Amino acid sequence: MSKVMSLTEAIDQFVHDGDVVYAAGFTHLIPFAAGHEIIRQHKRDLTLARATPDLIYDQMVGAGCAKKIIFSYSGNPGVGSLRIIRQEMEAGRLAYEEYSHFAMITRVAAGASGLPFLPMRPTGGEDLAKANPQYQKVQCPYTGDELVTVPALNPDVAIIHAQRADANGNVQIWGIEGEQKEVAFASKKVIVTVEEIVDEAVIRSDPNRTLIPDFIVSAVCHVPHCAHPSYTQGYYDRDNKFYLEWDKISESREIVEAWLTDWVYGVKDHAEYWDKLNAETHERLKVPPAMSEPVNYGRY
Amino acid sequence: MTNYSSSEMMIVAAARLLRDNDVVFVGIGQPNLACNLARRTHAPHMNMIYEAGVIGAQPSHLPLSIGDPCLVSGAAAICSMYEIFAYYLQNGKIDVGFLGGAQIDRFGNINATVIGPYDKPKVRLPGSGGAAEIAAWANRIYCLTPHQARRFPEKCDFITSAGFLSGRKEREAKGLRGSGPQAVVTDLGMLEPDENGELILTALHPGATVEQAVKNTGWKLKVADDLKTTELPTDEELRLLREELDPTGIYLK
Repeated sequence: MSKVMSLTEAIDQFVHDGDVVYAAGFTHLIPFAAGHEIIRQHKRDLTLARATPDLIYDQMVGAGCAKKIIFSYSGNPGVGSLRIIRQEMEAGRLAYEEYSHFAMITRVAAGASGLPFLPMRPTGGEDLAKANPQYQKVQCPYTGDELVTVPALNPDVAIIHAQRADANGNVQIWGIEGEQKEVAFASKKVIVTVEEIVDEAVIRSDPNRTLIPDFIVSAVCHVPHCAHPSYTQGYYDRDNKFYLEWDKISESREIVEAWLTDWVYGVKDHAEYWDKLNAETHERLKVPPAMSEPVNYGRY
Repeated sequence: MTNYSSSEMMIVAAARLLRDNDVVFVGIGQPNLACNLARRTHAPHMNMIYEAGVIGAQPSHLPLSIGDPCLVSGAAAICSMYEIFAYYLQNGKIDVGFLGGAQIDRFGNINATVIGPYDKPKVRLPGSGGAAEIAAWANRIYCLTPHQARRFPEKCDFITSAGFLSGRKEREAKGLRGSGPQAVVTDLGMLEPDENGELILTALHPGATVEQAVKNTGWKLKVADDLKTTELPTDEELRLLREELDPTGIYLK
């Protein structure tokens, strides 16, 4: 059954005020178009979970969509801090729940496994556990070792960007796969955005590449360049220049407002946003192809 | 001899700590430069692992973030974030972890979370990322940070990553599998832990003085009996850094 719909419809139908939202993707495949659509639809009081909030959550927090963030590294990768989130946290206006990467991802893995929690070895970095009561301890019944636990995270909505899917929602990803699969399986609803919708036969010719099967997925949205200024492996490069520019834009809330007016509220959808980026940017982000060697599954 | 900056000296000195065949969990920023420099000089068989889930990375240029697409091109394997932390790091498959941080204290504990109290932060920093796990579970830890008193307090405001905690005994008692910080490279020289896990000055870069190092350290810095002098950066190391690894000078300030 086809789950194809526009991103506007999917956000309207599946993201509600007060939801816990996890827009997945570690540096790669961050669904910026979905974040912008949430901003355009004025969703409010969201709890935004992501290991690395990245620019997408800095923008959503700046636009007033969030009441809380759950995270493990709140920086602009390789550049500095996420200024808006940092400012809101320092001012006590944004609630937050903080983990290390492994603890954050372990929460999602527990959620994806239908478990109430999962254990980890202790790291000795106990100040975080003192600051966040979600960290608990358990004694291993086999070795007697003391282990650290974190509870399952089961978001209301996952947003996953991918290179391609069929209309039913069988999703194929290559390149850095981050926490995409765990987030999809942990969440109640799953919105998938893709660069291309392909025939089911394309997916079935290479089933090892399918990270998420169709019956986990709620909506499939065709959104080329969805991840910009993040990237989609093989389709377009990361816009590192914009990541550096955001560090300047986010120095002032007036400039952020102007940026949102221009690039989010001022465009109808992501296609219009992409067109609005100039030809120099389109050219700069092009990547020459590098095909993998095909594999032989055999005919059985 | 070419002129060089203090951050170039620091990155070169850090790169030289890495051994050929090391499996290295590469951090963001300057550690990223040091690791890529080592792989292009004395450690061509070093296996660079990035927490984004990339194994055996061979980037053609320096990635800005630790999840850039150039890390994927030509890599040996890609896995999920859960696997990189569980199967590789927690399971003891990583030789070296490379960390930076806003504060490093007398016993090599690192703060990357907050300056001031956690609930009322004076400065909110990005937070742990993978640093808590890397510090605990990689076999050897190296740190890289400019030598300034505010970065080297007697005690960190917040321990994001465990060094020796209050001394080697406490780290051992916690049963952390890695052997903790082995060296802290600064723009003045190098600190290494003594038998108690206290960081002491063991090397100076050319031109730096003991007085400078002592003045820029927040505790009473001890000096090793056999204080060494770092070898100058070679022309080839500087060429690689400037022309190939960081041509736009993002990290080589």
